[in-house]
Amino acid sequence: MTQCQSINEFVVRFANTNGTGSASANNMFAKAIMRMGLPVSAKNIFPSNIQGMPTWFEVRISEKGYLGRRGGAPEMVVAMNAQTLGEDIDSVRAGGYLLYDSSSMLPKRLEREDITFLGMPISEICRNEYSDQRQRQLFKNVIYVGALAALLGFDFQVLRQLVSEQFKGKDKLIRPNLYALELGFQFAAKQFSCPLAIHLERRDLVGDKIMVDGNTACALGAVYGGATVVGWYPITPSTSVIEKFSSYCQRLRIDPASGQKNYAIVQAEDEPAAIGIAMGAGWNGARAFTATSGPGISLMTEFLGLAYFSEVPLVLIDVQRAGPSTGMPTRTQQSDMLTCAYASHGDSKQVLLMPSSPYECFEFSALAFDLADRLQTPIILMTDLDTGMNFHMSRPFGWDDAHKYDLGKVLDAADLDEVAAFARYADIDGDGICYRTLPGTHPKKGAFFTRGTSKNELAGYSEKAEDYTNNMQRLNHKFATAATLLPEPVIQVNAKSASVGLVFYGSTLEAIPEAVALLGEQGVKTNTMRVRGFPFAAQVLDFIDSHDRVFVIEQNRDGQLRTLLCNELMIDPAAMTAILHYDGLAITGEFIAASVQESMAAQTNQVAG
Amino acid sequence: MSYRKPQFRHPRLEVNDLGLTHRDYEGALSTLCAGCGHDAITAAVTQACAELSLPPHRVAKISGIGCSSKAPNYFLNHAHGFNTVHGRMPSVATGANMANRDLIYLGMSGDGDSASIGFGQFAHVVRRRLNMLYIVANNGVYGLTKGQLAATAELGMKNKSGEASLFTDIDLCVSALQFGATFVARSFSGDKAQLVPLIKAAISHKGFAFIDIISPCVTFNNTPESTRSYDYVHDHIVTAAVADFVPVKQEIRCENSDADSEDICLHDGSILRLSRIQPDYDAHDRLHAMARIEQVKAEGKILTGLMYIDPEADDYHEINQTTDTPLNALKQETLCPGNHVLQTINDSFR
Repeated sequence: MTQCQSINEFVVRFANTNGTGSASANNMFAKAIMRMGLPVSAKNIFPSNIQGMPTWFEVRISEKGYLGRRGGAPEMVVAMNAQTLGEDIDSVRAGGYLLYDSSSMLPKRLEREDITFLGMPISEICRNEYSDQRQRQLFKNVIYVGALAALLGFDFQVLRQLVSEQFKGKDKLIRPNLYALELGFQFAAKQFSCPLAIHLERRDLVGDKIMVDGNTACALGAVYGGATVVGWYPITPSTSVIEKFSSYCQRLRIDPASGQKNYAIVQAEDEPAAIGIAMGAGWNGARAFTATSGPGISLMTEFLGLAYFSEVPLVLIDVQRAGPSTGMPTRTQQSDMLTCAYASHGDSKQVLLMPSSPYECFEFSALAFDLADRLQTPIILMTDLDTGMNFHMSRPFGWDDAHKYDLGKVLDAADLDEVAAFARYADIDGDGICYRTLPGTHPKKGAFFTRGTSKNELAGYSEKAEDYTNNMQRLNHKFATAATLLPEPVIQVNAKSASVGLVFYGSTLEAIPEAVALLGEQGVKTNTMRVRGFPFAAQVLDFIDSHDRVFVIEQNRDGQLRTLLCNELMIDPAAMTAILHYDGLAITGEFIAASVQESMAAQTNQVAG
Repeated sequence: MSYRKPQFRHPRLEVNDLGLTHRDYEGALSTLCAGCGHDAITAAVTQACAELSLPPHRVAKISGIGCSSKAPNYFLNHAHGFNTVHGRMPSVATGANMANRDLIYLGMSGDGDSASIGFGQFAHVVRRRLNMLYIVANNGVYGLTKGQLAATAELGMKNKSGEASLFTDIDLCVSALQFGATFVARSFSGDKAQLVPLIKAAISHKGFAFIDIISPCVTFNNTPESTRSYDYVHDHIVTAAVADFVPVKQEIRCENSDADSEDICLHDGSILRLSRIQPDYDAHDRLHAMARIEQVKAEGKILTGLMYIDPEADDYHEINQTTDTPLNALKQETLCPGNHVLQTINDSFR
């Protein structure tokens, strides 16, 4: 048997049972690697279930800096779930390693000749060491992390430090956790020849990066963006956006003098009410948001139409999951793009932002409140389960203290005293954005009726053909203005002569550097464009026009961004090839490279044929 | 029918404490059918707000969809209004109230809007004790779509086209009591003397106040077979307790000498003088109120007046411990923790 050999370039997969406390041990494992200066990514593959179902956690260590899901068979599997032991053994790469609980005998039929079995009687150790059932369960996780530290050549001090930090304030827990780590480490060091042929070596490749999930970043962005009102309804995978917002508010938004809250979070009865609350608050001049996922988007669509047509600011965070309908609630996808872009009946269009990392989740979440106030319309943050719920190495968050919130065109009482007549829907500045007033501003001027019906410039109900079409055209004009205010696409020119362009957005970013490198190795030079907003900035069309072959890479079945590009920019569909990955797992660089090559080969054959 | 409201004002029109006349509390000219009960509600709201000397622009009028939801356009021209979507007024009112606790929130809804499509939102806005006045103009039919029966129509009630209601009705007052409303009343748009003090007391009440106003639809539900016609309601009213509203500064006498009366101090210092027409009626007992509504209904009559009040209850903001400053008035300096704090947060992710 040829054993897998690699320093700092391999995948470890943990097979656990959900509800057993493995998540914090696994996260500690990933974080320790980052502290050893190594690029690392961690993907949680979990069921829509609370307790007792299989869950996997995949950690990729990549000195090259490839942080997308690698795919393929992992070099090492930590098999802690008897229920899935067979498939977990099968999943190990030939030449790889299996760390398993040898407290009970491994069935003969599961044995493989081409992998190394590392048996460790973890349950037995726990039975001997701990009397409490819950402790027996929890410390199993810490013990295997200790063993991995020996097997993979961890700097043990890093782990010790992490444990101390993790249980800071609960000091009673530090010693037993350190003890469990030691138990695992000593056992492995004695029983196996450590480190294995796959192992880690310290590097200095992390810099000031942080490791965090996108939902936490969105929540923090909302705090920094000045959100004060939240309406929400729990739904996976968006729930933690609100939970984190709530916990940051408890730290950062309590009035020090009175102990009162400078925010209000209302758990609503359903998703329409959740966005209705955000909209009512936006109408009344507070920065407000809600967060949801696909099924919630369907339910909120009615209000998105009202907000579009009556021009009320609000922020909606859509943490996309696999649809349609209930779909796969704990799997990732980018399949709400079309439904969000054109949300609601009638001619309506919504402004979308597509963050790719926790850093951008923070940045765009805060920015969304400025944009909503500036554009007086919903701003939808299109993130996804992969970005939102998995931990990613990310640029640290930053905030420019000189930045002042853009509250948009709101007339106060003094402004109203100056104006001769207030016309809510008159395009004074020619950018399609009109001046609004807030309830309670002025005793005599500025009051108007906000409505979902057609209106004239004075906000009066009107069914006059001209009033209706003028308003609809102005809304289109405002949408064009939006295109100039959104984050521009990120274009990376790898080779001036490259004729192949890769277009993508959102969490796909993590897979791109690897795809570009793999294609490069095959002699395919590519430039890339990451789209970050809808409506599209002018550069988007330029990039597509300036490449002979354009691939639009997405995590959905129907090529939704490509449809938007065709529809909005009048691009010939034949000019863009869809690369689509939609099995619910994060897209991989290898998939992208192989798909692009396959498509190019097919075209070459066609030409040759 | 006139298409424009005359601007003329009598020079000696009575003024309130703010120096405003009734005309300052009016809205656009109603486009509802002539004789619509909702116009009487509009008049009652106008009068109540004028008599309370509310600054009109400090009121926020929020409604859903339907004839009733058009009504806010016809009162308080100087107040902002929001005609939202069908059945969703409660959530928008909630958000608006979260943003600025200092305004007066007046929600206007109908039986379709609150008892059918918006029943869930109705239930939950009551439950969350939002400080607002929620009025339902209840005519038992869908007016804008021409007379379909609503869920508040009693079993057997026929609409204009002769269709009978096959199911028992939803009684929104009983529902509101069950959901935890702290002020519940029913009135009749044809009884301004009863309605105006109720509206004034409901506005002064802190917390969720609900008034179900039977408001006949002259076009689709004013037939002899209707239980929502002017004649039927007139003939079948039973009054629980009559509210007389005494503003903070002014002491007025209650005229009901034959009834047992009680003064209830409201949050803003005004007094609700309750006259029990039914001597054994207890407006502080929620279960009693629910039972009495159903008993009177079983007798084929309609119980009106103030049914329940709890002047001591907390509203949403007290429960949430929201800051006294309206959230929409908080400045960036208060809301944004700044980069220094952010860097320490970054450290927690390393």
